Amino acid sequence: MPDKKQDLIDQTLQDLNNDGVDRRGFLKCMAWAGTGLVWTMSGGIPMSRAFGKTADRSAAKSGDFSFVQISDSHIGFNKPANPDVTATLQTAINKINGMSHKPDFIIHTGDLSQLSKPGEFDTLDQALKGASAQQIYFVPGEHDMLNDNGEQYLQRYGKGTKGTGWYSFDHKDVHFVGLVNVANLKAGGMGSLGHEQLEWLEDDLKGRSASTPIVLFAHIPLWTIYPEWGWGTDDSEQALSYVKRFGSVTVLNGHIHQIMQKIEGKVSFHTAMSTAFPQPAPGTAPSAGPMKVPADQLQQVLGITDVNYVISGRSLAIVDSPLGA
Amino acid sequence: MTGKNVWIASLAAVVMIGIVVLLVGSPSVTANDQSSAANAEVKIDNFSFGPQTLTVPVGATVTWTNRDDIPHTSVSTDGLFKSKVMDTDEKFSYTFAKAGTYSYYCSIHPKMTGQVVVK
Repeated sequence: MPDKKQDLIDQTLQDLNNDGVDRRGFLKCMAWAGTGLVWTMSGGIPMSRAFGKTADRSAAKSGDFSFVQISDSHIGFNKPANPDVTATLQTAINKINGMSHKPDFIIHTGDLSQLSKPGEFDTLDQALKGASAQQIYFVPGEHDMLNDNGEQYLQRYGKGTKGTGWYSFDHKDVHFVGLVNVANLKAGGMGSLGHEQLEWLEDDLKGRSASTPIVLFAHIPLWTIYPEWGWGTDDSEQALSYVKRFGSVTVLNGHIHQIMQKIEGKVSFHTAMSTAFPQPAPGTAPSAGPMKVPADQLQQVLGITDVNYVISGRSLAIVDSPLGA
Repeated sequence: MTGKNVWIASLAAVVMIGIVVLLVGSPSVTANDQSSAANAEVKIDNFSFGPQTLTVPVGATVTWTNRDDIPHTSVSTDGLFKSKVMDTDEKFSYTFAKAGTYSYYCSIHPKMTGQVVVK
């Protein structure tokens, strides 16, 4: 079985390298990605590794670390696609707590709640209190800024951030930037960063060494996955122009509730599974939205993303794990 | 209570009933008039407004109903109206008093757009 998995990884990475990753390639990739993909970035060149090997800390150097991305918890959602999203979030947290290496922190890429209700945020907070990593970085999803222009979100999760909740921080050698692309959306458009945030980003990255690994994270994908469903960010190209000079850039997003990846030069894009419910692959349904799968398959399409930073080679390894693995 | 006071109280009661009838009664007549002014519905299904273009007479009330499992809004692009977030099966109504073409969108999923033409 491990060999088979490795074959699949190798084969798909080959596909990705050969064809520049078209949509069909993604769909092929997605058919198995949920079963445990290891994605190692080294200077923009993807390399495959056997699942679990990245967790081998015997060769770990000081400065190596890992963090976990979770996304789209939609606490408060109670429709047939998942009547108990709090339980699946709890399963995700148990999975994080059971990891052989302890992540330094958790990033939640938004849609914490379904309807921005105080009780929903309370439930999320209560569940996250049980996570082994107590440092949690957030960016809002569109579901977290309903009705009040995000005031409640900012009060709870955005203290000390700029604008509608963007910020940056350094962890060991890596520079992290949390961006907000769900506020002040324009009719007919997709996600949007806006002029003020873009200016801030340019300024934030200015003067940093090109060898600094950069991790950008935001709710809606910062690359155009499927404009018909609004799965992209109108002004992301400008944001990405600011990171072009860096040797290693990783972009982590949520929103689409499924794994998608793309490599463009030295930038690797990655979207995470939801902890709540899956969504259809682009164009395979009349619209986006919660997708009902048989109950016994739900945990195969929900999951967490483990990101390992290895100082030698300055590479990031991204491992997606379904809850049911 | 004296006889005079009872009389005043009775009169007051009649006046109050009259006021209540005025308050409750007259608007219901107005409401009936409005419903005859061809009120219309917009259903939200699969992240789209249907019909995408709706034509109604002046004075019509348009009611949006969200039939998705995901919340949506109906917000006019010129700021004329803005619904609260509609969860599944929740509704929002707006009465169009003047002729014109009113574009609107879902502020959560801005790819969703529609218009109401008032003639």
